Amino acid sequence: MTSTALDTPPPAPTARRIGTAALGRALRRIGFLPALLTVLILLLVLFEPRFVGMFNIFNVLRNSCALMIVAAGQMLVLVVGGFDLSVGAVIALTSVVTAKVMAVMLEASPDQVPMAIAAGIAAGMACGFVTGLINGACVAFLRISPFMVTLGTSSIATGVALLLTNGIPIYGMPEVFVKDFGRAIWFGLPMPVYVSLAVLLLVWVMQKQTTVGRYIHAIGGNVQAAMVSGVNTNFYLILAYTLCGMLASLTSLLLTARLGSGQATMSGNLMLESIAAAVIAGVSLRGGVGRVEMVALSALFLSILTNAMNLLKINSKIQTIFMGIIVVAAVALDELAKRRNQDARER
Amino acid sequence: MAGALTIHHRMNDTAGTLLALTGISKRFPGVLALDAVDFDLRHGEVHVLFGENGAGKSTLINIIAGTYAQDHGGFVYQGREIRRLNPHQARVMGISPVFQEFSLVPEMTVDENLFLGREHARFFFLNKRAMRTRAREVIAALGFDLDPTATVGSLSRAHQQMVEIAKALLTDVRLLILDEPTASLTEAETIRLFELIDRLRAQGVGIIYVSHRMGEIKQVADRITILRDGRKIATVNADSISETELVELMAGRKIDVLFPHIDHRPAATALDVRDLTLASGLVRNVSFHARVGEITGIAGLVGCGKSELIRAVFGLDPIATGTIHLFGQPTTALDPASMLRAGVCYFPSDRVAEGLALARPIRENVSMAALDLPAFAHGQVLRRNEEKKTIQDIVDRLKLRPAQIEPAVGRLSGGNRQKVVLGRGLARDIRVFLFDEPTVGIDVGAKLEVYELMNILLGMGAAIVLVSSELPEVLHLSNRLYVMHQSRMVAELSGADINEQAVLDRFFRQDTQSPTASLPTPAVAAIA
Repeated sequence: MTSTALDTPPPAPTARRIGTAALGRALRRIGFLPALLTVLILLLVLFEPRFVGMFNIFNVLRNSCALMIVAAGQMLVLVVGGFDLSVGAVIALTSVVTAKVMAVMLEASPDQVPMAIAAGIAAGMACGFVTGLINGACVAFLRISPFMVTLGTSSIATGVALLLTNGIPIYGMPEVFVKDFGRAIWFGLPMPVYVSLAVLLLVWVMQKQTTVGRYIHAIGGNVQAAMVSGVNTNFYLILAYTLCGMLASLTSLLLTARLGSGQATMSGNLMLESIAAAVIAGVSLRGGVGRVEMVALSALFLSILTNAMNLLKINSKIQTIFMGIIVVAAVALDELAKRRNQDARER
Repeated sequence: MAGALTIHHRMNDTAGTLLALTGISKRFPGVLALDAVDFDLRHGEVHVLFGENGAGKSTLINIIAGTYAQDHGGFVYQGREIRRLNPHQARVMGISPVFQEFSLVPEMTVDENLFLGREHARFFFLNKRAMRTRAREVIAALGFDLDPTATVGSLSRAHQQMVEIAKALLTDVRLLILDEPTASLTEAETIRLFELIDRLRAQGVGIIYVSHRMGEIKQVADRITILRDGRKIATVNADSISETELVELMAGRKIDVLFPHIDHRPAATALDVRDLTLASGLVRNVSFHARVGEITGIAGLVGCGKSELIRAVFGLDPIATGTIHLFGQPTTALDPASMLRAGVCYFPSDRVAEGLALARPIRENVSMAALDLPAFAHGQVLRRNEEKKTIQDIVDRLKLRPAQIEPAVGRLSGGNRQKVVLGRGLARDIRVFLFDEPTVGIDVGAKLEVYELMNILLGMGAAIVLVSSELPEVLHLSNRLYVMHQSRMVAELSGADINEQAVLDRFFRQDTQSPTASLPTPAVAAIA
């Protein structure tokens, strides 16, 4: 269970490989990802003084927290053997709906600020809830491939978001929501750090300590087995998609509050990055395997990597290409690890 | 044992009926799988379901386990009328199925699998320690060699089978369904399973036992119900029927011989393998040859390397050292396409995984390995009409029923699927046939047809290599029989030396300390 998809291969018995073998053993003990993360941070601290600046660190933390929450949701869906391409669109839709509801409520009754905020948050979360519910229900009851379902809902949600805004950012959210929540610093750290820690902890407890986590893993591992063991597979499938949608909405709330406006273009690359983070963390695309703590680490890794590329003034278009390469490489490594395991078993 | 496996029963009830099914019918698209079947099970009874593949055995046990709902018919369990059942309710009511297709999650550990669906938990939160303790108790009580913390995907099939059985016995079980439970167990494990069955029977548990193996049926059964084509043929007491009668009831016709007379006329050496060692190490320094006009058998225990050997000859498993000569010529390229061109064809044991495209028609499956021939295509352009004619001809010769070429292979029974795979060897000029477990999972009638086909092939001048774990098969069909043991060829037998004792001696000679060595009971060897 401690192995990740990036485990090094078993040491070969040739003399000149002994160094590699020792390195491999050490890596396996710590885990490949934490080691890679440490190396990356060390390099940046040593060679890039701007990295350790307070402003930059906060920036990296904020970005990685957003990614961690989306990726945790994505992981839940991957673990049940699915796929959620709609998280980016949900983030956009939530942002627009939240901003619009708050702005409209505030305009109607300017003194009811808490009311406006609550309504905005509820409406925003509802976006993720409903999209997730539709995704899950289509996969569970209609047995449509997750890929097609979420591609469809993604298009629908993006369309609705663009319709609501006409491409123009929505302003007019209560100032408290932006200043005292979105850009708040609590005990010396940006507010999203605490939110994402809470989310990670809850997901971890759910995965490790509850029947919900057990069933989600069982469904991804062998849906037939879960069914004959009396697990209500449809319920837990829908639950996984719904949680994923709601976590995407939560991410959107954090981003919207920080930006101070609702934008239909806000998600950026988060959909692809969430899948990348999960796959790099060793979450299996075939379902059944995935640990949220590794997903958090790999989200941090990806955020720092992006930050490093920004600091090195690498063209953002090239960064997009780079991200694509990372995703394909991570999936390829996952596939190779699976094959190696199979070979080892047959022997 | 009694303490660990909590089985509560009113012992005075052992003579009564536990389960009664009346007039059960079930239709799947295109087939009537069960046609008004009656079945009953008493407390403390082992009731064997016996029949050919496709007779309806698995549909019946799936209805009892709640996986399928019957279309018509009554279902009375412990005196209560049951309308619809789902797998969860079935388990709660004490019906525990052990299916051939494992209901295990490979990514999870043994104890996680044991408790799947009935975890010890308080308000969602798992009590892991309690579950692990209980898992250890149950495994110890069953006498299985299992580590509760091991990941199921890393276990052998035999160990996975043990997990499956332990899972079925974890809770208060009243009706146990065993579907070919010994298929992947060793002799020693089989004996332990039978002891367990005896104990459960004494405790009043009703057991439905599905098996093809005549020896073990005679050993465990109290009553036997024979199914054929979805209908119940008879329910008989096990001690009042002979094996021959059973087979006749099952097949619905008289089967005089299980193995036809094979007309061996050995001629030139077709295949000559010398000092072959595989890159995987599963075959070491093996030499053997096969001649035209005879069946060359290769026997060995599961995992001895016999399958890998012929897979390597066909270019599927990489070779480290050694040479392969075909009709006196050394082979230059060792890959499936070259071997097919050279007239060698391999027929895989796992027909679904390696042999067939289930969604495609019979025609395409048969011609698949011959499309490079001018008879089937001009360059890359297919000759559809020629293909149809040739394939129809082959299907007729194979006695495929119904003799159609367009239905998808997925809709055929096991025996017919095997014929489709064999048809591939007839679609082009094949002179060396490598058969890997050709009759695994197919019924007696279809087996006989496969054997007869081999006879015809021999007459046409083919060389046949037959790899089989089913001892009677290689004993009866081979002209010369090689025995493999732990990656090496340990014997070549011919004539009167080909007998069960000689082969078993070779199987077990090297590891006399193994517990299985003293138990080569012919009683458990499969005949059907």
